[in-house]
Amino acid sequence: MSNQVNHAHVHRDDEAQKLGMWLFIFTELLLFGGLFLVYSIFRVQYSANFHESSLELSVTFGVINTVVLLISSMSVAFALTAVQKGNYKFAMQMILLTVILAGVFMVNKYFEWGGKFHHGLYPGSDLMEFLDNGHHLFFGLYFFMTGLHGLHIIIGVILLLISYVKIKRGKIQSDNFMHLENAALYWHLVDLIWIFLFPLLYLIS
Amino acid sequence: MINEKEEVKHVSYLDHQGEYKGIFAWIFSTDHKRIALLYLYAIVTFFFVGAILGLMMRFELAAPGETIVKPQTYNGLFTVHGVIMIFMVVIPGLSAVFGNFLLPLHIGAKDVAFPKLNRFSWWIFIVGSIMAILTQFLRHGPPDTGWTFYAPYSTTTGTSVILATSAAFVLGFSSILTGLNFIVTIHRMRAPGMKFFNMPLFPWSIYAASWIQLLATPVVGITLIMLIFERVFGIGFFDPQLGGDPLLFQHLFWIYSHPAVYIMILPAMGVITEIIPTFCQQKVYGYKAIAISSLAIAGVGFLVWGHHMYTSGMSEQARWFFSFLTFVVAVPSAIKVFNWIFTMYKGSIDLKPPFLYALFFIFLFIIGGTTGLILGSVATNIQVHDTAFVVAHFHYIIFGGMGFAFFAAIHFWFPKIYGTMYNIKMANIASIALFVGFNLLYFPQFIIGYQGMPRRYYDYLPQFQWAQVISTVGGVVLFIALVMMVTNLVRGAKKGQPAPANPWKGSTLEWTIPSPPSLENFDEDPVVKKNPYDYNS
Repeated sequence: MSNQVNHAHVHRDDEAQKLGMWLFIFTELLLFGGLFLVYSIFRVQYSANFHESSLELSVTFGVINTVVLLISSMSVAFALTAVQKGNYKFAMQMILLTVILAGVFMVNKYFEWGGKFHHGLYPGSDLMEFLDNGHHLFFGLYFFMTGLHGLHIIIGVILLLISYVKIKRGKIQSDNFMHLENAALYWHLVDLIWIFLFPLLYLIS
Repeated sequence: MINEKEEVKHVSYLDHQGEYKGIFAWIFSTDHKRIALLYLYAIVTFFFVGAILGLMMRFELAAPGETIVKPQTYNGLFTVHGVIMIFMVVIPGLSAVFGNFLLPLHIGAKDVAFPKLNRFSWWIFIVGSIMAILTQFLRHGPPDTGWTFYAPYSTTTGTSVILATSAAFVLGFSSILTGLNFIVTIHRMRAPGMKFFNMPLFPWSIYAASWIQLLATPVVGITLIMLIFERVFGIGFFDPQLGGDPLLFQHLFWIYSHPAVYIMILPAMGVITEIIPTFCQQKVYGYKAIAISSLAIAGVGFLVWGHHMYTSGMSEQARWFFSFLTFVVAVPSAIKVFNWIFTMYKGSIDLKPPFLYALFFIFLFIIGGTTGLILGSVATNIQVHDTAFVVAHFHYIIFGGMGFAFFAAIHFWFPKIYGTMYNIKMANIASIALFVGFNLLYFPQFIIGYQGMPRRYYDYLPQFQWAQVISTVGGVVLFIALVMMVTNLVRGAKKGQPAPANPWKGSTLEWTIPSPPSLENFDEDPVVKKNPYDYNS
């Protein structure tokens, strides 16, 4: 009998969960690291083309999105602190704010991508045939990197929404908040990657 | 009930009744020992699929010209053989099977750190494996790129490359999660009193290999996704016509795939390090040197990938540097070999099947390792690059090394896993037959490779036929020996004599508990304060 139930006995190790999340973040960094490597190689090879292409990107859009993500990082940090202090209502509001800001980012991104498609600046378009290889690679990388980043935003939002439900059901509490802390860590990672993507794609000339 | 200090009846993990019944009691189990067995059965099945594909290649090569299959089928055979053997057998082999089974036992834990994640890793391992096997049967035909998926051919061929690379990606994800789980387990779940340098050496090797799994696999993951996008959207990362660079693919691929060979061999070295002191009843020689050499191999192993590309077009500086580092990474491997041999010195050697396999491992590993240096030095590499010499070399390391270590491990821990014993005489005969078949199969390839027989070729000049025939005979012997070995083990599991808790007089923690272990391994947390290999005290 005792060995029927004893597997369910709660063995909680917050440190282990945090360590696990950090290790997973390492893998994410290396995933993007491979892309940054490819980017830097082609940038050296086609620096003039990359410069011209980056001028096509709207710095305004980029800055807005950067600010939006930075604020969302702050709001998710507020949410975590609020949970630790037992202020669950404020924490849930802050998570919702983070999700809304993520939505703003994605809508912005949608219009940005739409504009590029409208101008024919995507791999395989008719216009690309007339442009240099460097332009082609730049926009290939642009869509690939921001697309992969967008996918990470969606994953981050899902993690945050799960945390939201868990707070609502009382599964996350002021002494048991690892799920939210890990979701927040992941969200900071998503933010951090954008902090690298933004200058690499929009600003460096 | 609580106060009664009654002896609780021992229920092994094999007989434990959970909330699920039948097969679901296994595939929904979070017990690390059951998951280990799930991996074992899956991997043995895939191994035989891969071995049969290999045997078909051997029959094809028995005579020049077309023998049993068409050239395109042959291309599919060596590609799918490679994909199955690398991604589904040798990379997960020791770490997912014996790492899962033994890591918690060796460090005195009840389970791994994240049991549900462990179960999830097995599920996606199976999904990836099914995808990889499906490529063999789809309309476009099996991929014909070789397991390396080199661009630009892999971006243009009409075969099912996308499914194959997706399979490799999914399998890589499973490997990452397993590595993550093991690192956290080792950091957080060691028994009270067990410091890092009190751990047995098998967990040390798993620890080093897990870091490689964690840090190298994402790089190949992104590379394979780039390859898929290149095929679907024509982005041109690897296409010179669009400004891309095929060499970039090779670099990115080997940044993962060279460290990956250390994912294969490090746990194998760990197994051998457990077996040799046990069967010599002797404290392991140079404990710290062996432990740290595992980390050294993992670290330096990240920096040698360029030795796969000496003939692809790299600067002179890059080539000598990669060559130098390749020689450096051989040093910690050699340290281990010397330590194993010194451990045997003045030991009371007991020549049981696990030890026999360990000896074969050392013999084959030395041949594989030293021929690796011939490939690793730039000048000699030019002569033997992409020849059968390479095929022989890596089969000596991967099959002769990791494969034989796997067989050693299964014979060593078999009584712990099933609580019964196999027929020792049969196991000895099978192991010798394996050894003979193995050398017959692969040694001639060194010779004809040196004479210029290219790898992955469907046809060859008649002057190479003598060696190809010997190899084919060796392949048949090897296959029969494998069947003998597995039959003996299956019979041992079903009808073998009950085995005592510690049949080999081992000194690590897993031998202190009954065989097979109970669901939670240890009735009370073991307290460890000494070196794991104290035989003399």
